[in-house]
Amino acid sequence: MPSKRIIACLDVRDGRVVKGVRFAGHVDLGDPGELATRYRDDGADEVVIYDITASAERRTINYQWLAGVARVLDVPLTVAGGIRTLEQALACLEHGADKVSINSPALERPELITEIANVAGSQCVVVGVDSRRVDGVWSTFQYTGVESAMRKTPRPMLDWIVEAQERGAGEIVLNCMDQDGVREGYDVAQLKAAREKLRIPLVASGGAGAPSHFVQVFAEADVSAALAAGIFHSGAVSVREVKAALRAAGLEVRL
Amino acid sequence: MGVAVVKLGSGNTASIMFALERLGARAVLTDDAARVADAERVILPGVGAAATAARSLETSGIGEVLRNFQRPVLGICLGQQLLYERSDEGDGARGLSFLNGTVTALRATPALPSPHMGWSRLNVSRESALLDGVRSGDYVYFVHSFACPVAGETIATASYGETFSAAVERGNVYGCQFHPERSSEVGARILKNFLAISCS
Repeated sequence: MPSKRIIACLDVRDGRVVKGVRFAGHVDLGDPGELATRYRDDGADEVVIYDITASAERRTINYQWLAGVARVLDVPLTVAGGIRTLEQALACLEHGADKVSINSPALERPELITEIANVAGSQCVVVGVDSRRVDGVWSTFQYTGVESAMRKTPRPMLDWIVEAQERGAGEIVLNCMDQDGVREGYDVAQLKAAREKLRIPLVASGGAGAPSHFVQVFAEADVSAALAAGIFHSGAVSVREVKAALRAAGLEVRL
Repeated sequence: MGVAVVKLGSGNTASIMFALERLGARAVLTDDAARVADAERVILPGVGAAATAARSLETSGIGEVLRNFQRPVLGICLGQQLLYERSDEGDGARGLSFLNGTVTALRATPALPSPHMGWSRLNVSRESALLDGVRSGDYVYFVHSFACPVAGETIATASYGETFSAAVERGNVYGCQFHPERSSEVGARILKNFLAISCS
């Protein structure tokens, strides 16, 4: 088995790392290059750069800026935000991203998943899914980076992740919006249900507030990786502390 | 001269170029067979699908250059798989046949999602200049759904449901199933070792 992966996500807006609570009201946290390198030094297994407003603003990440981060980083780098064409996905890969993560554009046009997978390989295609419980059903949301643009789609989350897998996704990041930013723990029930539907890796996102939350999500939902942003940025919890807790609980980590 | 990094198609070759840059190596990304032939050493990254990559190796003439190349060659990920006779990926693909055997699919089970994506431990099985200073138990980053058999050329193995060749060496030809360019200090050491292998 590979070690359990801890992924540090940099939510970026206007070239700065920000953190919002329940997807709204963002606070400036610093420079992305500096934060990415700090997380790598602290033991992060992967870094995600997520341009949170790109999709709603119908643009994608700045490639030169992406290359600047990729140049200094020697752990895997995923880029998310506004990638809606094969050309944009390939440009991200050619500027140093190892994977591209697509979310709202994949909901607009699911064929995009297959197009990228066919050219660059499934291993490069991550499908990000924002989900929240509505009337007892885990529902997929779109354009969640901008509060005014956010909307619920007609797709139940469990159906959408299976479709994404069938269309060629190499990994699913499930962001449980009800938990996002509140630091009360991952949505284990939802992640467990998702994990049971998938044969590709599942990444937990949303809700991490303490090292014990990571232990719980790996032990109970059997995810491949857990992603967090805010708690690492604020210094409340370090990647190293999380890994020490996982190891103490008998889970394999790269230290 | 310097390092030629073979550009086989679309995908992430920038991270290898950046890794070489961090090590101070002079490297060029190219799909030109003549430039590959002139290089001091060659890295074959291999991105995308096996059949497409194998085809572009032949149409570009780079496959022929590599078959006659006497200096160090390093295949990374799909690049290592292309060193073998054939791959089961897709409808099947014919490789460069530096190494005997067939590259086969990792068995995905509910407990073991495929691709094998993440940091796994190396088990060093024999001494090699490529793995100088690398110890069993060191973690490197893998992303793959197909794997190479364990045989005489194997210098390190890793396990994911089954045990496969994580690194190989035969003559001037080397391979890594993992991504040294994204494997932090351990990966940097392996690339540095490759750059230090004698060209004579």
